[in-house]
Amino acid sequence: MTAPSRSSKSQRTETEDAGPDGVAARAGSPGAGLTRRLGSAQEVWIGLVLVALLVVFSLLEPDSFATSFNLLNLVADAAILLLLAVGMTYVIITSGIDLSVGGLLVFSGVTATKVMEATGATSTGSLLLGVVVAMLTGLVWGVLNGALVAYGRIPPLIVTLGTLGMSLGGALLLTGGVDMRAPGRLNLGLGLDKFVGVPVIVWISVAVTLVLGVILAQCRFGRHTYAIGSNSKAARNSGVLVNKHLVKVYALAGLLAGLAGYLSLAKYGVTGVSAHSTDNLQAIAAVVIGGTSLFGGAGTVTGTVIGVFIPAVLQNGFQILGVKPFWQQVVVGAVLIAAVYLDQWRRKARDN
Amino acid sequence: MTGPLLEAKGIEKSYGHVDALRGADFTLMEGEVVSLIGDNGAGKSTLVKILSGVESPDAGQILIDGDPVRFESVEQARVAGIETVHQDLALCADLTPAANFFLGREVLRPGLLGRLGFLDHAAMRTRARQECERLGVRLKSDTVSVSTLSGGQRQGVAVARAVTWARRVVFMDEPTAALGVVQTERVLDLIRSVRDSGVAVVLITHNMQDVKAVSDRIEVLRLGRRVARFSGADVSMEELVGAMTGALEQDPAGSDSNGLDDPDRPGTAEPRASGRDLDAPDTGALESLDEEQNR
Ligand SMILES: Nc1ncnc2c1ncn2[C@@H]1O[C@H](COP(=O)(O)OP(=O)(O)OP(=O)(O)O)[C@@H](O)[C@H]1O
Ligand SMILES: [Mg+2]
Repeated sequence: MTAPSRSSKSQRTETEDAGPDGVAARAGSPGAGLTRRLGSAQEVWIGLVLVALLVVFSLLEPDSFATSFNLLNLVADAAILLLLAVGMTYVIITSGIDLSVGGLLVFSGVTATKVMEATGATSTGSLLLGVVVAMLTGLVWGVLNGALVAYGRIPPLIVTLGTLGMSLGGALLLTGGVDMRAPGRLNLGLGLDKFVGVPVIVWISVAVTLVLGVILAQCRFGRHTYAIGSNSKAARNSGVLVNKHLVKVYALAGLLAGLAGYLSLAKYGVTGVSAHSTDNLQAIAAVVIGGTSLFGGAGTVTGTVIGVFIPAVLQNGFQILGVKPFWQQVVVGAVLIAAVYLDQWRRKARDN
Repeated sequence: MTGPLLEAKGIEKSYGHVDALRGADFTLMEGEVVSLIGDNGAGKSTLVKILSGVESPDAGQILIDGDPVRFESVEQARVAGIETVHQDLALCADLTPAANFFLGREVLRPGLLGRLGFLDHAAMRTRARQECERLGVRLKSDTVSVSTLSGGQRQGVAVARAVTWARRVVFMDEPTAALGVVQTERVLDLIRSVRDSGVAVVLITHNMQDVKAVSDRIEVLRLGRRVARFSGADVSMEELVGAMTGALEQDPAGSDSNGLDDPDRPGTAEPRASGRDLDAPDTGALESLDEEQNR
C-alpha cells in the first residue's frame, strides 16, 4: 500500500509523544482524549511560547505592557490579520496557498468605498451596502482563484500571485493611485465603537474565527478540507467533490479578505492601496507558526490564532521596550523557520 | 441465473501515446469471485478505474444487468453498488481510520446540528471499529491517523471500507500486496464470505496461489485485451502463465457460437487449450469469449 504518509493532524495523538515537546507528551500519556482536547502538540508548544512572551513582557514592563489599554490595542491590530489568516488556514490545509489576500482586501475596500460614496456615505443603508459590496467583491475574486486552481489546474501559487497583481493593480487603476478616504461615519462609527469595552471589530473577528474554527473541526466541510489536502485523489475516489470544494475554500478566503477590507476601512479610514502588499506573507507566517502543515492535511484554527498573536505581541513588546521594531521582523522570521523545522522533524520521527 | 451482472465490451483507453486498453472485455456474474490477472502494465488497474468511475473510457460499452451505463464519476458507480480498493490511492493518511471509512458518506448528527453539517464522530467511530473488527482488522486506537498504521493495517482498512459499502461488486486491486501470510489468508476468507453474502468480487493479484485458491473464474488481460478465461477450479499454473505471457494463445479466433448461455453444457467437453473451462460451479453461463475479442 502506498498511501502517502505525511503531515500531521489534530486527531493524531500517540506519535506526538515522539516530539521534543515534553508537555504534549505528558498531556498525551493519560489518554488520547486529553491531547485531543488540548489540540495537537504544535499548538500546545507554540501556545506556551506565546504565554512565555506575555509573561516576560509583563514582568519587564508591567506598567505599560500589561495594561488593558495596551492589550486591547494589540488585539484590535491583530483582528483584521486574523480574518485573513483563518481563510488562509483552510486554503493551506487543502495544500494550497493564497498570495492574493492583501490585494483582495484593498480591492474590496476600494469598491466598497466607491459604492458608499455613490450612495451618500452617510446613511446606515449606504454603510451596510458597503459591507455587502466588499464581501461580494472578495467572494468573486476568491471564486476566480478557486476555479483557476480546481478546474484550470494551475498551481495555486501562480494563480494567486496573478490575482494579487491584478487586484492591487486594479485598485490603483480605480483610485488613480491616490488613497481614498473611508466615509467619516464608518471611520468614526464602526472604527471606534466598543461593546463591553472591546472594539466591535474585535468582536466581529472573534465571532467569525470561532464559527470557522468549529466548522473546520466538527463539520463535513472541514472534514473534506482535510481530506483534499491529505490525498486529493483518494478524496475524489471516496466521492468528495474535490473541485467544487476547492472553489468554496478559495471563495471563503476571498470573502474573508473582503470583510477584512471593510473592517480595515473602518479602522484606518483609508483604502491603504499600498499598505497591504505583505499581508499575504504575514497571514501565511501566522498559519504556519500555528502548526498548519504547508503540505496540507493538517492544521487548526486555534493554532492560527496563536500564530497571529506571536508576531503581534513581539512587535508590541519590542516597541514598549524601546527595541528597534526591525528586530520584530528578524525574530518572527526565525520563529517561522523554527516552527516549520519542528513540524518536519516530528513528521520524520513519526514516519520512520 | 440470468445474464452477467457487469459486462465491459471493447473498452479502449489511451494515455497520450500509451494504449492501456485496446478493446478489453470483461464479464462478471452475480455472486462470483473473478480474478483478473495479467503482466505488469497489462491494463488491469486501468480497467478497474474505468469500471469504478474513476476514469472514463475512450471507447467501448459498460453494461450493468444488461443495461448500458456511463459512469461520469465515482459517485455514480457507487450508486450502482460498486466499491473499489485501489492499488495506489487508497486512503487519506492524515485522517483517522473512521474518517476514511466514512469519507464522502459522513454520518451527521441528528436534528438541527446535523442539518448544519455537524459530524457524528462517535457514531462513525463505533461503526468503523465494528466493521474493521468483523473483518479481523484490529486497530489500537481510533483517534490516530492512518499514517501511523502499518501498511497491512491500512490495506485492511481500505478493504474493510470497500466491503462494507459494496452492495453488488467489489474491485480489489492487489489488496494483499502488503500483507503477511496470515493476513492474506484472512483477506481471501473475507473475499469468500463477501461472495457468499451475494456481492461479486473482482480480485487483481500477481499471486497465482491466491488466484487459484479463491477464484470461481479467471480472466486474463494481456496488452490491453482479454486473451483468456478459465474456470478457477482446476486450471494449471502453466496455463495461467502461458496466457499472461502470450506463450499460450487461445481464444482468439475462437469459434464460439457454442451454447454459451446454456448452464448445463458439460464443460468438460471443451478442450482445455481453448482456455475456457466451463464447469465452474457458480458460473452457469459464460458468454462468448470471442465475439468481442478480435474486433
Ligand atoms: N495515468 C496514466 N498515465 C499514463 N500512462 C498510464 C497511466 N495509467 C496507466 N498507464 C499505462 O497504461 C498501461 C496499463 O497500466 P495499468 O496500471 O492498467 O497496468 P496493470 O495491469 O495494473 O499493471 P500492474 O500489475 O503493474 O499494476 C501501462 O503501460 C501504463 O504505463
Ligand atoms: Mg495495477
